[in-house]
Amino acid sequence: MIKTDILIIGAGPTGLFTVFEAGLLQLKCHLIDALPQPGGQCSEIYPKKPIYDIPGFPEVLAGDLVNNLMEQIKAFQPGFTLGERANTIEKLEDGTFLVTTNKGTQHNAPIVAIAGGLGSFEPRKPLINNLKAFEDKGVAYFIKNPEIYRDKKVLIAGGGDSALDWSIFLADVASEVTLVHRRNEFRGALDSVEKVQALKDLGKINLITPAEVTELKGTDKLHAVLIQKSGDKEEQIIKEVDEFIPLFGLSPKLGPIADWGLEIEKNAIKVNTFDYQTNIPGIYAIGDVNTYPGKLKLILCGFHEATLMCQSAYQRIYPDKKYVMKYTTVGGVSGFDGSKKQAPKAVVKTIE
Amino acid sequence: MSDIKIKITDRDGVLHEIDAPTDMNMNLMEIVRSYELAPEGTIGICGGMAMCASCQCYVVSDHQLPEMSDDEDAMLAEAFHVKDNSRLGCQIQMTEDLEGLEVELAPES
Repeated sequence: MIKTDILIIGAGPTGLFTVFEAGLLQLKCHLIDALPQPGGQCSEIYPKKPIYDIPGFPEVLAGDLVNNLMEQIKAFQPGFTLGERANTIEKLEDGTFLVTTNKGTQHNAPIVAIAGGLGSFEPRKPLINNLKAFEDKGVAYFIKNPEIYRDKKVLIAGGGDSALDWSIFLADVASEVTLVHRRNEFRGALDSVEKVQALKDLGKINLITPAEVTELKGTDKLHAVLIQKSGDKEEQIIKEVDEFIPLFGLSPKLGPIADWGLEIEKNAIKVNTFDYQTNIPGIYAIGDVNTYPGKLKLILCGFHEATLMCQSAYQRIYPDKKYVMKYTTVGGVSGFDGSKKQAPKAVVKTIE
Repeated sequence: MSDIKIKITDRDGVLHEIDAPTDMNMNLMEIVRSYELAPEGTIGICGGMAMCASCQCYVVSDHQLPEMSDDEDAMLAEAFHVKDNSRLGCQIQMTEDLEGLEVELAPES
């Protein structure tokens, strides 16, 4: 079981900055995120897009902001449970919380800070009638272990970077790779598009465009798919495959958090504006996931909310300790790794 | 003030006739959000970067719309429920030319 002081659900910018503010108070943090990498939307949706309203940064790329935050919190040694979704929460007898992920990883902390943005990112599933019946029986939305596709006939659907990149990767692993996309054009890094072209010319990727998978066939396991080809030559193709991997991107869903007994309004968690606590004492909600009168979904507001929330969390954990906020310029930053950053001392010396 | 009247059919099939300002640098997705015609968190997820398709709509009237950017075109190529008249609301700026625009919001996906 993972034990920490503040368990943060969501490793977007707000969740990451919480580690820093908690660290200044000598509180340890652990983060859970459904995505395989930290950064939330900034990494997943728009890493190469500029942001202009981070105070002190006239312009910063979303991906760089995440890198900077990771650097800023490094000394506070946060733990991460990535690629797992927080599923259930339980209040234990000692007043602390037990949060379990979809993969069964258990986390225990006196404070839970939900910094979940719009929710956890779930795969967008194509509209095929019997798709659900074949999930884990030949249909998968993520590629976790490429080895399971060795010497199999694989069909990938989609037109973005992940569809291209996995087609390239699996061309060397699977016995046959087919890529199906609704258009002839692909949206991806130029390098990936060119590689797929080269592999197609070599006969290592079977490209079917413009086309769509419309039906799945098989009894207890996927056996074949029906492909509807459009454009100049309309036709239906029945293709024998072992594995079908639709890669149509991710969309955020509030998910299991909605069933944790928290007050929800407009797909967001209601909090007070004193310390961003929810209706359950000890559970806070910060950043895009919360709502209160006048709420703005801005990264800079998430930073502010995280800061006030940490002060309140400290009071909850140490109700009898006296504490006053100290400027980092005065107190410096002492990491849990033994590092110490502080402003250079002034020198007192006579000028002769 | 320069408002235009537009008609938006929401995801439940209810028609709304609303005034849309043309002097506030707003796009159709933002108009829908400002009138709360779709629940928060189900529209405009990427904030208007043509990167999520949550604001997909079908343009019913025959207005001359701004040309599709490569980003919008590519996003619609990966979205679901796409029809010939599909557009992303976030890419349609409110201008006086769009007086009388009629759109339907595409289903959530």
